[in-house]
Amino acid sequence: MNRALALAALALTVVAGVGAVAEKRSGYLDAGPQTRAMQDDDTANPAFLWVQRGETMWGERPAGADGRSCQDCHGDAAQAMRGVAARQPAWDAATARLMNLEQRIDRCREERQGQPRLPPESEGRLALAAFVGLQSRGLPMSVAVDGPAAAGHAWGKALFETRFGQLDLSCADCHDRQAGQRLAGNVIPQGHPNGYPIYRLEWQGMGSLSRRLRNCMTGIRAEPFAPGSPDALALELYLAGRARGLAVETPAVRP
Amino acid sequence: MLLSAPMPRAAAAEPVVPFRAAGDGIPAPLAGLAGDPARGRRIVADRQVGTCLLCHSGPIPEERFQGTIGPDLAGVGSRLTAAQIRLRIVDPRRLNPETIMPAYHSIAGRSRVGAAWQGRPILDAQQVEDAVAFLATLRDPS
Ligand code: HEC
Ligand code: HEC
Ligand code: HEC
Repeated sequence: MNRALALAALALTVVAGVGAVAEKRSGYLDAGPQTRAMQDDDTANPAFLWVQRGETMWGERPAGADGRSCQDCHGDAAQAMRGVAARQPAWDAATARLMNLEQRIDRCREERQGQPRLPPESEGRLALAAFVGLQSRGLPMSVAVDGPAAAGHAWGKALFETRFGQLDLSCADCHDRQAGQRLAGNVIPQGHPNGYPIYRLEWQGMGSLSRRLRNCMTGIRAEPFAPGSPDALALELYLAGRARGLAVETPAVRP
Repeated sequence: MLLSAPMPRAAAAEPVVPFRAAGDGIPAPLAGLAGDPARGRRIVADRQVGTCLLCHSGPIPEERFQGTIGPDLAGVGSRLTAAQIRLRIVDPRRLNPETIMPAYHSIAGRSRVGAAWQGRPILDAQQVEDAVAFLATLRDPS
């Protein structure tokens, strides 16, 4: 991460209505120095194996005479996809629902390329999401939480503040009220989604935000939200809104 | 048909035993059980069983990773009576509805509990008594 990005890991934001200045803090700053060093250097960041695969997929034409690659329709990813990940999830007027980045890529592959669906957490789906996400690196998280997204955002906030599972804890219990404290050995981060998909050392692999949320839900012995469900999208939207102003770090490295 | 009716299973049918709070404690051991401090130490130390060290630190040096959310449990047996410790484990939200510490011997008000844990409190009555017995031994040196 360059200097400007490191600074953007902290975003000073005026909390509407209160006038108080709350400091948003990327999980990057709560990771250890070795983890941060891996993220800072693209040649040391294992996630770049997925990025490279995604870049290849971007240019691949599906079989068939009229098969078009992502590149054929969108052109240069650095321009066409710049800022796209920073705005997700977003309201999709055509289907009248919230969609995240992976779902938008799914739609292009299935409906515009006639390709089979890439399963959640498959290497190819993570690779495309990492490659597209990288094109927003350094830009501020800037999801829309008003207009048609407002209802989902409000629902996501309610989910964030509801206690779940046998341990009866809410996301807010840990990520709003105890951020910076240690949960056993781990520093509790504020829980921002600005680096996804991430390379997680504990997974020894790449994973989506949905996989990270499943970990937090099973940690409190709760039934995770089904990936891609309206509940999951509402929660992802609330998280993205909470992180507005933080720099996109995709693909981040986390412990 | 009477013959095909399932046999009642005592333990599973009563996962949470009733208790009576007095003041800020529960004076009587749950189900009249006696706690064992050595077992209680293992329960408190185990991240998967007691889960206590997720949030607390305590005089359990072999567990390197301890939490900083709740107070240090060292000396808690000097600060609190067994009755007070029991209520703080069974249902701390009676004392402070906002506390992050879950009610360990209750299934009330839970939602989206994962299938493996449904209908079960985090600790059964014996485990609560064991943990109480262990914490009561944590006295300030003086
Ligand atoms: C046949 C042309 C076509 C192909 C091939 C195609 N796309 Fe798209 N893509 C579109 C169109 C048109 C849109 C805008 C409508 C929409 O959002 O669905 C779009 C939208 C998107 C978006 C959302 C952009 C935004 O601003 O919200 C992403 C991300 C995307 N495509 C990624 C991909 C990827 C990755 C591939 C290859 C796997 C791909 N597309 C292949 C035509 C295509
Ligand atoms: C018991 C406390 C706890 C609860 C409850 C909890 N989390 Fe977490 N969460 C953590 C910890 C600890 C980490 C960091 C884990 C690590 O570094 O290994 C984390 C990580 C995350 C991250 C990744 C942040 C990053 O920088 O990549 C997100 C996002 C997140 N949590 C969201 C949630 C959501 C949403 C909920 C509610 C459904 C939730 N968490 C519930 C403790 C919790
Ligand atoms: C999710 C975090 C969390 C977990 C897990 C947790 N506690 Fe607590 N505990 C707290 C907090 C915070 C307090 C401070 C009191 C309050 O918030 O009302 C507390 C207070 C206590 C107290 C009172 C201490 C005093 O000095 O007044 C005892 C005793 C206690 N906890 C025992 C336990 C035991 C035993 C376990 C495991 C079976 C446990 N706790 C698990 C967070 C937790």
